[in-house]
Amino acid sequence: MLQRGEARLSSVLLLLLILSITWLLWSGLYKPLVVGLGVFSCVLSVYLAHRMGFFRHQALLGLLPRLPGYWIWLLREIIVSSIDVAKLILKPSLPISPTVVVLEAQAQTDVGQVILGNSITLSPGTVTLDLHEGKLLIHCLTNEGARELQKGEANRRAAALERK
Amino acid sequence: MYILVSIAILVTMVLALVRALMGPSVYDRVLAVNVFGTKTVLLLSVIAFLYGRPDFLDLALAYALINMVGILAVLEFFQNRARKESGSKDD
Amino acid sequence: MIDIALDILSWILLSLGGACVLIGGIGGLRLPNFYTRIHAASLTDTMATILIFVGMMLQAGLTLATLKLFAIMLFLLLTGPTATYALANAALLSGLKPDAGTASDKPKENTPE
Repeated sequence: MLQRGEARLSSVLLLLLILSITWLLWSGLYKPLVVGLGVFSCVLSVYLAHRMGFFRHQALLGLLPRLPGYWIWLLREIIVSSIDVAKLILKPSLPISPTVVVLEAQAQTDVGQVILGNSITLSPGTVTLDLHEGKLLIHCLTNEGARELQKGEANRRAAALERK
Repeated sequence: MYILVSIAILVTMVLALVRALMGPSVYDRVLAVNVFGTKTVLLLSVIAFLYGRPDFLDLALAYALINMVGILAVLEFFQNRARKESGSKDD
Repeated sequence: MIDIALDILSWILLSLGGACVLIGGIGGLRLPNFYTRIHAASLTDTMATILIFVGMMLQAGLTLATLKLFAIMLFLLLTGPTATYALANAALLSGLKPDAGTASDKPKENTPE
């Protein structure tokens, strides 16, 4: 498949760098023993990630620079939809109209589809129930939410994220 | 002010516990426990600021990790059991 | 001057976060069935988390605590949907019907299917 490839040295080193920076920030102790333990656990984590097949998903580290822009858009979506959901919950009549829709993911790789599914779950009012071969089963709290989703802006943005 | 926020979180934790006790299905209970866990992380971080002790943030991160793994383990357990039950019914 | 503005902004964010947490908790009790309750849980999981953590980050200023807060927030936001998906998918596979509409799950228990 498209996303399968050999483990690349650059992505291994990048992961190692991120892990060691995290360790150094968190421990705050710079004795030889503690730093040695840190090196050991970083290398162990990278080895475990390799065994889990982390480096076969080449897109994962490649889309890091495009993530902040996507997050800003996602944040706006989350704010809008959480205001909607909060209003719905607080109304005494509870005007919900749960709907289940199927969405065809435009993203081709596993990583892109997972990002799309998780973004949909992250925004209140829509939850991904199932992701199978590029088809997402989505539960929406209201009809309007379902219609908004089928306009496909989230779909387009997630697909644009993985483009080389 | 931090006290108000922590009270709001505590009230929600109680509401989640009520849902966990009432919840008709197993999944309602797991959902409530998940909410309870995330709220614990929030509460620990707020307490870190309330008492001015930043070490509580490390506890919050550790709890976030444990909560995530715990929920997945519980789900795996229930899924296995459901699979076994449906398998034995078919036999 | 800027300090005061940041202070006020962070208090607003924190109180909005507290309100979001409460609304989510109420929704978890009010909504009629499992799949709709997930939405209430996701309201507290995402919006309240973002609001409260950003509020505390503004209070902490540029320190190590801010970085830690940001890391915890990122971790919660990345793993939260995964756990929710696992939960919803497990419920779906176990045969809990999502298209029950607004039906409450209480009377459904009494009627044999």
